[in-house]
Amino acid sequence: MYKYDTYDQAMVDARVAEFRDQVHRRLEGHITEDQFKPLRLMNGLYLQLHAYMLRVAVPYGTLSSAQMRMLGDIADKYDRGYGHFTTRQNIQYNWIKLEEAPDILADLATVEMHAIQTSGNCIRNTTSDQYAGAAADEVVDPRPYAELIRQWSTFHPEFNFLPRKFKMAVIASETDRAAMRLHDIGIRILRNAAGALGAAFYVGGGMGRTPMIAPCIRDFVPIDQMITYSEACLRVYNRYGRRDNKYKARIKILVHELGKDEYTRQVEAEFAHLLTQNIEPPGAELERIAAMFADPPFEAGVPDSFERSDPAFALWADTNCLPHKRPGYIAVTISLKPAGGIPGDASADQIRLMADLARDYSFDELRVTHAQNIVLPHVRKADLYAVWQRLEAAGLGTANLDRIGDIIACPGLDYCSLANARSIPVAQKISQRLAPREQEIGELKLKISGCINACGHHHAGHIGILGVDRKGVENYQLSLGGCEGADTSLGQITGPGFDEDGIVDAVEKATQVYLANKQGSERFLDTYRRVGMAPFKEALYG
Amino acid sequence: MKILTGNDLKTGAVTWWDGVQWSLHVEDAVDVGEHADTILARESAARRVNAAYAIEAAKDEDGVRPAHIKDRIRALGPTVRADLTLKPADPDAGNWVI
Repeated sequence: MYKYDTYDQAMVDARVAEFRDQVHRRLEGHITEDQFKPLRLMNGLYLQLHAYMLRVAVPYGTLSSAQMRMLGDIADKYDRGYGHFTTRQNIQYNWIKLEEAPDILADLATVEMHAIQTSGNCIRNTTSDQYAGAAADEVVDPRPYAELIRQWSTFHPEFNFLPRKFKMAVIASETDRAAMRLHDIGIRILRNAAGALGAAFYVGGGMGRTPMIAPCIRDFVPIDQMITYSEACLRVYNRYGRRDNKYKARIKILVHELGKDEYTRQVEAEFAHLLTQNIEPPGAELERIAAMFADPPFEAGVPDSFERSDPAFALWADTNCLPHKRPGYIAVTISLKPAGGIPGDASADQIRLMADLARDYSFDELRVTHAQNIVLPHVRKADLYAVWQRLEAAGLGTANLDRIGDIIACPGLDYCSLANARSIPVAQKISQRLAPREQEIGELKLKISGCINACGHHHAGHIGILGVDRKGVENYQLSLGGCEGADTSLGQITGPGFDEDGIVDAVEKATQVYLANKQGSERFLDTYRRVGMAPFKEALYG
Repeated sequence: MKILTGNDLKTGAVTWWDGVQWSLHVEDAVDVGEHADTILARESAARRVNAAYAIEAAKDEDGVRPAHIKDRIRALGPTVRADLTLKPADPDAGNWVI
């Protein structure tokens, strides 16, 4: 894992002191809310429905056990005993007091964490593959490159006031587990035919009110020019992105309006200019970073199988675990989606337990996934049963990864001031009703957003649900066929929306249509793509 | 009726204008008639409330009920965590929101 050097620590400590002074001035009346709001947002502090909300950055979703334990302690000390893991691989606290916010940031700084650039029109937390460093199919560990981007983008003076927020993702495998093409910039690290390492750039993707899949604008940028090319992409956007209309200010609109070819032409021209300016970080810095992401001391010759006599454990192992690149190890996904639970929420005790398990069984590492779960990336197969027993005892042993109960849901109208409808109750009702059948239904990614901003990624759900406000009453639109992987696609709306109970019935009907039409080992998405919308509409609307 | 709501500056807690000060309980809210802007300006300047605004509400035998579901959720708390609402002992309190 990356460790702060003295510069990193000094910057974060200085930011805590600066924000403490800003809060003091606000509480004393020396600055108004209009003056203070952009300052608190730069430190991840929002004012939501019930209280202040603090969003803490988890760079590329990677945490140490000490950091995870601190997140649990903050939930107890400053919040109401829980935290909410987000689709940006971050964590949010919903009941923060302004007067205590500087103390929270100070506590976070002691474990090399902060909330910088988790809000505002800047480059947000860069996300990555939750199995980075563990997956058998990756070319390299993508996290050193994500860390380089973090360092380049943090406090970047040119990009602190972009037309809109800006999200980047970095992966290094053909299988996209980070919704890479639904980001402002998606980078895939790969090797070319000559074996050289480079980066494919996908620019102009995103969800929100105008969902778009990012086109590839350059299929290979030499890896020692990745930051320079990123700078060129951002510079063209910063220069020409629309600032007159926030709904048309994302880079996807610029790429769409200019056209991919013209946007690419301008980026290439800027790139050629920037190459003469020598802005790429020195190779030694990337090497310094990469050394901190070296493999942990995996043991050779450890058993490559595990005892499967406990059927509940075997089901969980088969459902929630991913093959590891090293024999004898496995990557474990801890579901934060118990049937009827709140997706992404974990109590302080659960957070600390996961920290303990990482320390004892996973070389001190955890990952937050964009699907609002937690990963222990490097567990010995011989330890898997012990890990599951402790998870199960804490209510964290749900076997539903990528099943219909593994729902992504934004906080919705229960917490969020932007939301139009509640997301969580819908997720709870769907998981309660369909969890008993989720092994029969198989892989089905269901995603719910409480407003068009799409924090719940509904456009990318095999089944997507969007909550809208219809004359003061919650209503839910259903969409089918979205996908966030290598075969990224956007869901299509089925027709008129449903009320809260109606949408649960509609989801169940959609699963029935799938099961009735399924051929062989088809997933829900495969069947939908083969048979199309018609049989689903027939079942839903008659 | 028109009532005023906002958040406490220090704690962020949802508050309601009761005619004298800011209360945590929506049932204390009073009709401010045409005086909303005056009260909001005065109270915000004094930092007794933050991000305050006026909303429509109705009053009947059950008390004051904001017109929009968003403000009813603000008044009670999250519908999915009864233990964190202002009425944790009342499992049916959420029905008032819907």
